[in-house]
Amino acid sequence: MGLADAFTLVCAVAGAILFLAGTLGLLRFPDTLSRLHALSKADSLGLGLIVLGLLPQQASLMGGVKLICIWLLAQLSAATASQLIAGIAARRKPQA
Amino acid sequence: MSLFWSISLLFDIALVAGLIALALHVVVTRDGRGAILAFIAFGLLLGIGWARLASVDVALTEAAIGGGLTGMLLLRAHAHLARHAAPPPPVAPEPRRWLVPAIACGLVTLALTAVVLAFPQPAPSLAHQAVASLETTGLGNPVTAVLLAYRAIDTLLEKIVLILALVGVWSLSRDAAWGGASQLQPAVVPEPLVFLARVLPPFGVLIAVYEVWVGADLPGGTFQAGTILAAMALLVMLAGLRPAPPTQARALRVMLAGGPALFVLVGFLGVAVAQGFLSYPEAIAKPLIVGIEAALTLSIAGTLALLVAGPPDRAPEP
Amino acid sequence: MSAMALTSASLFGLCGAALVGIGLFCIVSHPDLLRRIIGFNILGAGIFLVFGAVARRGAAMELGGDPVPQAMVITGIVVAFAATALAIALLRRLASLTGSATFEAPAAPPRSEP
Repeated sequence: MGLADAFTLVCAVAGAILFLAGTLGLLRFPDTLSRLHALSKADSLGLGLIVLGLLPQQASLMGGVKLICIWLLAQLSAATASQLIAGIAARRKPQA
Repeated sequence: MSLFWSISLLFDIALVAGLIALALHVVVTRDGRGAILAFIAFGLLLGIGWARLASVDVALTEAAIGGGLTGMLLLRAHAHLARHAAPPPPVAPEPRRWLVPAIACGLVTLALTAVVLAFPQPAPSLAHQAVASLETTGLGNPVTAVLLAYRAIDTLLEKIVLILALVGVWSLSRDAAWGGASQLQPAVVPEPLVFLARVLPPFGVLIAVYEVWVGADLPGGTFQAGTILAAMALLVMLAGLRPAPPTQARALRVMLAGGPALFVLVGFLGVAVAQGFLSYPEAIAKPLIVGIEAALTLSIAGTLALLVAGPPDRAPEP
Repeated sequence: MSAMALTSASLFGLCGAALVGIGLFCIVSHPDLLRRIIGFNILGAGIFLVFGAVARRGAAMELGGDPVPQAMVITGIVVAFAATALAIALLRRLASLTGSATFEAPAAPPRSEP
């Protein structure tokens, strides 16, 4: 096992653990905002670590650039979705 | 090697268990919206399943259409029903209501299980023929070759089914709204959605063009690209940046019919200059196929977006 | 064709068989019409998975699977979407016209005791 493979393994395992923690938070946290917090952590950092880990496995530069683009697009959509859900939660709060 | 073996099999088993659990949840839950969300998750998991079956083309289509577009269609329908229809009466869980169907459906599953376990060995495959003739099409992706060359007639008929479905959906509008536009924009558009609708579409169009181009040789193609374009159009209309087009607009109708029309035209051209209907002259097979794909992508995108938008509900402007 | 790919193909084929049963049960037994449409999609997904198992078993010539069933599934997914869209448009119209999203007879009004 080369250095690159070890790097991939460490990063991917760390990313998977973050996803697991985020899912646990989504299931266990009491209110919408803290559940969102857990979910967006897993989304951005977990996916980021997995992408980082996969970078050394790419044969070409283009493959790496595509991976980073995927991460950026996921960031954009995750951030927007979090904002939308948080907005609805904030609007509902006064009535609750 | 055997460790890798068992881990990968374990992953597949977990995936299959997740799929079945989500499907069961859809059947038994009382919460209508929860069932739809479970179905969206089901579509995404199924996409991973297709990737595990080494069918990346299908995985892309399933994630985009099965999870994404169908999910949006169902969520919009749920919101509409919540406004216009009384909640369905609670049904008493009498055993006679579900016992007989459950036994019958279990028998269907058992029969299919027997079929799956009795698949012939070695498995028959058309992969050899598909690869052997690949050179004559100029393509590198055998799935695209099946869709647009070997079995082009299926793809053509499917395009016509899509258009017919759209005609059916439009014909369900009220008489006054015939030829008008559908209303997609909600009363209050949240700020982040407008931001996303401004930032994302250029990238979406770029990715769609890339998918069509790369689909000739690698996984990707018209359906996937068309779905991405449709999603971008729906995002812009949902955020209220542009209204939905009136369904009587001539340019829209030309775009929708253009792809299949070009396909039919090239098909008849094949009768004149090649071996028959829908056969391409070998020298220009690849440019012809990519050209058809480009036109088809636009009409698929328009048809899918308008199928999600639903029948027009505003009267056309005179 | 390795034994592992065969096992995994059969596993997804069996999953498809189970999904066909679950989807069919949803279609015939659920009173809510929207839920029946979802059941129709689950049924379709199950049939496609059985096709996927056939395609995976037909792997040859350095391809991951037989491309012909794969292309049929792609066509099938798009047609299933078109059918779903048409069914939902019909359901929305039904709800607008009758105020009900089910074929069940309306619940009998509670009989008031004299």
